[in-house]
Amino acid sequence: MPENPILIIPCSGIGKPFGTISRDATFRVVDELRKGKAETNCLSLLVMGDEEATRQIRESTCIAVDGCPLACARKNIEIAGGEIAAYFRVMDLLRENRGLKPRQVTFLDEDGLKLSEMLAEKIALKVDDLGGGQP
Amino acid sequence: MKVKPKIGVVSCSGECCSLGTVSRVATRMVLEDLAFGETVTICLPLFLAGDSGERMFAEKFPTVSVDGCHKLCAKKAIEKYSGETAASVDVEELLDSWGEKPPASRRKLNINDQAQSYRVAREIAREIEAVKEALDG
Repeated sequence: MPENPILIIPCSGIGKPFGTISRDATFRVVDELRKGKAETNCLSLLVMGDEEATRQIRESTCIAVDGCPLACARKNIEIAGGEIAAYFRVMDLLRENRGLKPRQVTFLDEDGLKLSEMLAEKIALKVDDLGGGQP
Repeated sequence: MKVKPKIGVVSCSGECCSLGTVSRVATRMVLEDLAFGETVTICLPLFLAGDSGERMFAEKFPTVSVDGCHKLCAKKAIEKYSGETAASVDVEELLDSWGEKPPASRRKLNINDQAQSYRVAREIAREIEAVKEALDG
């Protein structure tokens, strides 16, 4: 069982609602649903090659959450030398819920919030599966 | 007719604190409202995860970086992978200079937090205007 909290890294998508959904779901998990058992960090720090962030990635059980097929979160974790224990894609959730059509990027609309809530529940269950530890 | 280049606005991802949320929301306010049609953006991690095309971004578009905190990830990453930034905005420094605290939540911005983000957006728009004036020479 991991001693460290599970590290959830969402994508930084800013052009479409999918990135916002990935972040919103991550914040729901780390700040509400599994507070203390999971945490997040800035993907930008990995892009910059920050030493502390890279060490954290290498020493943690990681969950990547990507908004679009470009898979920035997954790829940047791998480039930093981290291992991905679980992977979620907002696009997969959209395919499972074709009736939901999120449109707003800055502040999620009702459909975006529903998708974020669903995604957060899936991630939270995965944190339990992976035995999310205490900080 | 001379075609004016669009201005790039690139925000840090800033998932670790609410300053990052302000940074992203303010950037979106610029893209959607204050400098609509004049600006473009790119997701910062694409400099590493994308193909090499993304690294042409700052060469193609004069770019303003928007950073949530003093680590200045956006500015440093743009300059490391893509080219010099035309201007930069440090949200933490701005809020300090205004004597304002960051939002309590990184997920939900209340009405006051949104007003703060709009104020930051106006600062970004001001930098964009300065870049445009410099380009016009």
